[in-house]
Amino acid sequence: MSIHPGASVATRRRPPGIASTLARLAVIGGVLAVVAGGFAYLGGWLTPGDLSPGRFTDGFQEVNGVHPGSRRNHAKGIGVSGVFESNGNGQRVSKAVVFQPGRVPVLGRFSLAGGQPDAADAASVVRGLGLQFSLPDGELWRTAMISLPVFPVPTPEAFYEQLITSKPDPATGKPDPAALKAFIDRHPETARVQGVLKAQPIPSGFDNTTFRGLNAFWFIDASGRATPVRWILTPLQPFEPDQAGAAARDKNYLFDGLITRIRRQPLRWRLVLIIGRPGDPTHDATVAWPADREQLDAGTLTLDRVEAEDVSPATDINFDPLVLPAGIEPSDDPLLSARSAVYSQSFTRREGERKQPSAITSADVRKGQ
Amino acid sequence: MGTSGAQFAFLSRVLHWVMAAMVLSMLGIGVTMVASLGDYHRLVSIHRPLGIAILILVVVRYVNRRLNPPPPFLATMPPLECRVASWSELAMYGLMFVLPLVGWGMLSAADYPIVLYGSLHLPYILPHSPMLYAALRRTHTVLAYLFFLIFLAHFSAILFHTLILRDGILFRMVPWSVRRSSDPSAG
Repeated sequence: MSIHPGASVATRRRPPGIASTLARLAVIGGVLAVVAGGFAYLGGWLTPGDLSPGRFTDGFQEVNGVHPGSRRNHAKGIGVSGVFESNGNGQRVSKAVVFQPGRVPVLGRFSLAGGQPDAADAASVVRGLGLQFSLPDGELWRTAMISLPVFPVPTPEAFYEQLITSKPDPATGKPDPAALKAFIDRHPETARVQGVLKAQPIPSGFDNTTFRGLNAFWFIDASGRATPVRWILTPLQPFEPDQAGAAARDKNYLFDGLITRIRRQPLRWRLVLIIGRPGDPTHDATVAWPADREQLDAGTLTLDRVEAEDVSPATDINFDPLVLPAGIEPSDDPLLSARSAVYSQSFTRREGERKQPSAITSADVRKGQ
Repeated sequence: MGTSGAQFAFLSRVLHWVMAAMVLSMLGIGVTMVASLGDYHRLVSIHRPLGIAILILVVVRYVNRRLNPPPPFLATMPPLECRVASWSELAMYGLMFVLPLVGWGMLSAADYPIVLYGSLHLPYILPHSPMLYAALRRTHTVLAYLFFLIFLAHFSAILFHTLILRDGILFRMVPWSVRRSSDPSAG
């Protein structure tokens, strides 16, 4: 081997013998295999059985089929917009700009749980409301709330198990009752939640439904003090029970009812912060906090505009519950990070797909005027 | 300086190792977070500001490279290898610049807030567009895998030179100062 005249000290070593060269090549191969294998391990390729956001989203597609351009859950929906008027009370627990007195624009989306964008409305289906508050300093606050008083499952793993169990049997068109029973037997917390749900009267429409954030968050005040908080939206529209037979007359009765009512007058909800105490569980959305916890009225949400999915800006928003302003932080609830991850996966898939016409069209919205 | 045995300038060496650690962490965090449920949010919250830090540092590094040109390649490298090494350096500089920009652009197109820390966030650099988001999101993944492959090639070459050719290539980049000798008769 020729040595360059200017070569460094190190170049003056003699080349190794054949056996040594082979050993050194083996070392190089081993080091590269460890690095590449480590990368593959981190990416989950070596553990395909683990529950990942991708597998979770596949689960929704297995149960509901693939509906290009649609959300993988809460597929049927309609866009709304309006304003949140803060009364300043929330500043006591959070420095978030949204709680300073004043008005911020809000974009939202009412939806029904389930991955079928053209499913018929039914009273028993969980109702959803995603909201985005656009704060004056450019921050965003997004939340996706539902109509249940508590969440049926405490962990992403249990959610996935329940999802797969709910897959309709091709023979009967219904989920396998034995599998459902086995799931409930394994999950007493879900049985408890179902008991709570049965006791609750179902309201007649989206407008008089209470929506709940369910997961706990840490609210951080100006001095840095953290308080566990859950929030709910309490409707100012009076409660009316769901009318039997409405669903049979109109497969979109909930959405058509919303369009009619929002045209008649703006719909309003109070944003109520439920102030937890030290020791209240923040990690388990299946457990309600004691009823005597302080309820702080933080302001009023007014929704006065409704738009079909094909024109609403809410259609291409991911209502990721961890898009939070400074002053609100995630708790240790394992559902939060998982929701963020799976929503992101669903969002990425649907944004790259050509959208199908939505179940509720702009014509339906105009008809409701 | 200027001989084939010379080291990179001190600042170049510091930037190399700091950015090597950042880029490898970034690739590891990226590939982990997209497969993770429980750690997703924590990792994304690191991924965004770390990417922006890389974007800033690669500009610093480029300016430094213009001010402190690298020493010539070793004589143990045939012309083809020199060309491949130059291309891979160029590709890594390009990726360190483009990958964070694609990330920033895709979050803009998705209308996600680009939060760095607390209420500190970046402005959007692209309009809200689902198809643009989807294309940039895929591009981000493809470029990241490409970066990992180029890193593996770079790492292999260094191991080969260090363990087989034993030409001391690593000393050009070690953070500490190595005393150079250009006396051909030594040893």
